Amino acid sequence: MGWFTRSSKNKDNDSSQDLFVVCKSCKAHIFKEEINNNLKVCPKCNHHERLTYKERLDLIVDPDSFREFNQHISTTDPLNFVDSRGSYADKAKAAKAKTGMNEAIVTGSGNINGVRVVLGIMDFRFLGGSLASGTGEKILLAAEHALRMKRPLILFSASGGARMHEGIVSLMQMAKTCAGIARLNKAKIPYISVMTDPTFGGVSASYATVGDINIAEPGAMIGFAGRRVIEQTIKQKLPADFQTSEYLLEHGFLDAIVDRKDMKEYLHNVLLYCSRKKA
Amino acid sequence: MSLDFEKEIADIEKRISELSELKKNKNPKQKNELKNLKSKAKKLTKKVYSNLSPWDTVQIARHIDRPLLRDFISGMCSEFLELHGDRHEGDDKAMIGGFATIDSQRCMLIGMVKGHSIEEKVESNFGMPNPEGYRKALRLMKLAEKYDLPIVCIIDTPAAYPGKEAEERGQAEAIARNLTEMATLEVPIVVVITGEGGSGGALGIAVGDVVMMLRYAVYSVIPPEGCAAILWRDANKAPEAADALKITSDSLLEMGIIDEIIDEPVGGAHRDPEATIASTQEAIVRHIKRLKRGKTKRMLDRRYDKFANFGRFKHARS
Repeated sequence: MGWFTRSSKNKDNDSSQDLFVVCKSCKAHIFKEEINNNLKVCPKCNHHERLTYKERLDLIVDPDSFREFNQHISTTDPLNFVDSRGSYADKAKAAKAKTGMNEAIVTGSGNINGVRVVLGIMDFRFLGGSLASGTGEKILLAAEHALRMKRPLILFSASGGARMHEGIVSLMQMAKTCAGIARLNKAKIPYISVMTDPTFGGVSASYATVGDINIAEPGAMIGFAGRRVIEQTIKQKLPADFQTSEYLLEHGFLDAIVDRKDMKEYLHNVLLYCSRKKA
Repeated sequence: MSLDFEKEIADIEKRISELSELKKNKNPKQKNELKNLKSKAKKLTKKVYSNLSPWDTVQIARHIDRPLLRDFISGMCSEFLELHGDRHEGDDKAMIGGFATIDSQRCMLIGMVKGHSIEEKVESNFGMPNPEGYRKALRLMKLAEKYDLPIVCIIDTPAAYPGKEAEERGQAEAIARNLTEMATLEVPIVVVITGEGGSGGALGIAVGDVVMMLRYAVYSVIPPEGCAAILWRDANKAPEAADALKITSDSLLEMGIIDEIIDEPVGGAHRDPEATIASTQEAIVRHIKRLKRGKTKRMLDRRYDKFANFGRFKHARS
């Protein structure tokens, strides 16, 4: 490797990125340390970067209170799905290696300022946070646990939608997860949905939009169909703020938009209203 | 209209209808040819239809002469009192419903409208409901629950409409609400997918105690063209995607996603709509009677378990 190539490679990958990041929204150069200390929120424009499940978990639950369950539930390949870029089995394997997760969601019990809740946190890094068999099973089991223990359920969504590689089985997870939510409704167990960037397709069209309380982070993209599909269908350009959480709030589908730094306090406040005393 | 893979059949059928026109001549030679052609057409149709690819099946499910909701209603129902509107936004022409009597069984019938002619297609938005369609469906389902009427859902839609206003009025929430509410509705829900079962748009009224498909209907998480565009980066690879997605009735029965296949005549429903509608009616009535006999609590537990059990995952303890 020549000296010059090496130096130019370093310029792209290491030195500049180590110190600075470019905000995806306002394009400002920001010290990486500054944005990390600010919960991965741009200090200039309040753009909320996506978080890993671990980062989210640390922000929401009290230290050492989280007990994960069903972490061993993992993907199979029910259709033996292969597309032009390889097999689903290989993609799932790569996603597991990259994230250390077995599925696109982590579920468990934890405390929010001392209030015990059941939590699910999706991670977009795992195959686009897609909803499939394992994801659906973990959500249903979390809902059933909440029902049994009479504890509130909080789901953080981050997903492009249903996972195509499991075909119709993924579609069925929409009905499956909603059946779990329906039982919580019947039993008057609180369910709070937090939509983060992005929440689309089979996830927005199932558990994510039917919370007792629906909240979202600022600037999160939330919708049913993707922007490009809609533009191709209606042959028009869409407004710039289309499908942002601000747009959804305006149209009546969110209770509130909550900044990341205020999320834990907000959830705790809501929980004080909706956590019915145990019978 | 004839499909690519059945062009040969269509050619023979055309010749048959020409000869039938000339029948008045009573020419014995032509009479003989007619007889031969009919038997040839029958054999060929049987052969072609026993060897369909999933992509061929998609074409049949979308065939312009395939019986549509209005045909099923006029063929099955001695009465249909259409009930309009979602009480909030409007009256979706792509999703209709109302009180119906099928073989003396009173029920609430709901389904998607597609239309045979271009005018009908445009009026019904090509069978793609807006949020108010799903909300109208839910209103009628709640009404059915109040009056203790079984619900019959007839599904034939390419998708829920992906439009600007549909998003603004909450397409996702409308579908999600139906999935949630249908899980606990205290009356029997019988679902038949008669043509296209297009993703969440179909599922939005497909949470049933029994879910059936016509033999050449399809049911998919995404249209094959859309899947091909994303995963193959080429919409022309739709036949490959159709194959990979496992969207045909026999695949879905094998996977336990659907409960029953309603057979179609040889050569598909478009060759004999009456026979198709009759078998559909028989299956619907049989399941309504069965479900009405059972206890509600048990029915709801079974419905929950049915959907709760969908999924294939493993326990990766290592």
